[in-house]
Amino acid sequence: MHISHDPWVWLAAILTLAIFSFLYKDNPFFKMAEHIFVGVATGYGFVYTWNNGIYPNLLKPLFVEHKLLFIIPFILGLMYLAVVVPKFSYFIRWPFAFLLGVGSGLSIPLAFKASLVEQIKYTILPNPHGMSIGLFINALLIFIGVITVVLYFYFSTPHEGVMKPITKTGIVFLMVGFGASFGYTVMARFSLLVGRFEFLLGKWLGLLSWLR
Amino acid sequence: MRAFFIKLANLNRTIIYLIITLGVITPLVVPLNLGQKMSPPTENLYTYIDTLPKGSHILISADYDPSTLPELQPMLEAIIKHAIIRGVIPMVMSLYPEGTGLGIQACEKAKEELGARPDTDYVVLGYKPGFSAVILGIGEDIKKVFPTNYSGVPLDSIPAMKGVKNYKDIALTVSLSGASTPLAWVTYAYTKYNEKLATGVTAVSAADFYPYLQTGQFVGALMGMKGAAEYEYQVNKLLEKNGFEKGKSVFAVRGMEANSIAHFLIMLFIIIGNLGYFLSKKRREA
Repeated sequence: MHISHDPWVWLAAILTLAIFSFLYKDNPFFKMAEHIFVGVATGYGFVYTWNNGIYPNLLKPLFVEHKLLFIIPFILGLMYLAVVVPKFSYFIRWPFAFLLGVGSGLSIPLAFKASLVEQIKYTILPNPHGMSIGLFINALLIFIGVITVVLYFYFSTPHEGVMKPITKTGIVFLMVGFGASFGYTVMARFSLLVGRFEFLLGKWLGLLSWLR
Repeated sequence: MRAFFIKLANLNRTIIYLIITLGVITPLVVPLNLGQKMSPPTENLYTYIDTLPKGSHILISADYDPSTLPELQPMLEAIIKHAIIRGVIPMVMSLYPEGTGLGIQACEKAKEELGARPDTDYVVLGYKPGFSAVILGIGEDIKKVFPTNYSGVPLDSIPAMKGVKNYKDIALTVSLSGASTPLAWVTYAYTKYNEKLATGVTAVSAADFYPYLQTGQFVGALMGMKGAAEYEYQVNKLLEKNGFEKGKSVFAVRGMEANSIAHFLIMLFIIIGNLGYFLSKKRREA
């Protein structure tokens, strides 16, 4: 057993235990750790964004290099802060309108192609990685799955007659999808728990010989 | 028997927590050495990096924060080590402020364990805010987005960055993320610039990214701690083959063993809970 002598490791271990104490019930130790986390994350993010974004991309060109064109984003940025003064809060609409316009213009055509056109294309076309019996069965299942699930959400016709077996098949595909998502979610949550135990038992208490 | 299952189904949750805790801790303290077989998405990514010509560049974006560290950090470390052993130059950046420190940590580890040289064998670019602007900007000129590396050295004077202008000079971009950031890379880097992409994601969002593998928009993917363990295991074998004494990591491999036991316990609890429910329902009906 090689207990850590690093005060930062001790601090992290104490804060981890404070967060775990929520398993018993809500308590002041948990609340303290929660607030420290939020405060540190916000401060860290702000300093990084200031040093890597706001200063080199806006303040330096405008005030140090005197590039006057940068006055436009500077004013648009200031308009965001107008929200704290109720009398001038309507100014926030300007930068929002600019951001929405640019964002939509950039992303709508590309997102449409990336997430819709390509997905539809490869529901029908063979797998780009090649074709084998396994991949053919996989492609066929995806094709049947997509059609039956889409039809399950088609509510203009009652799910009766020929629609009944199709939508029932759609439900089976949906359930398999939910099951896979649930299984992955369990794995994700346990991975976080494992990560903390590896830290507590390994870095803090030095009980894990393979982690030293 | 019936009474026993009903009693089990109504077990105090503190006891369940205790059983889970023991189930997770035991394989960490006493390793099971289960081994890892690569799944096709992991194998595709591994093979892609493994077959890149020496001196190629890959861009790795550490788009996550410490909350998803157990799943994503082993992926980052393993990919960086793999690239360095193969003579491929990893350029590490982040679209998240917190990802920068984690990227630096992974590079420092490669420096210490493999003797990798900063700015020659790898480059740390650091963090830039603005998802779409950064991804699109790299497509035009990476030096306009990152005029300097993380330490403030101009990219023009960095040997490893010679000849790198935009995605045309970057063989692969890997986005490691606990959110939907890889989709931004698909939308802007793949769709607009035809950049080859791969991803490493947390298990909770893994199911969302499978459709993008089917279409070939990702050449490969690491799904959760399982993907990290598979890649880590493979890189360990490569390190051994190449005679490296240091550098092997089993963080995700051991983590996956603990995960396997935890999954087994959860399945057991589900079966017991359901049995108890149906048996008590039957008793009420009777």
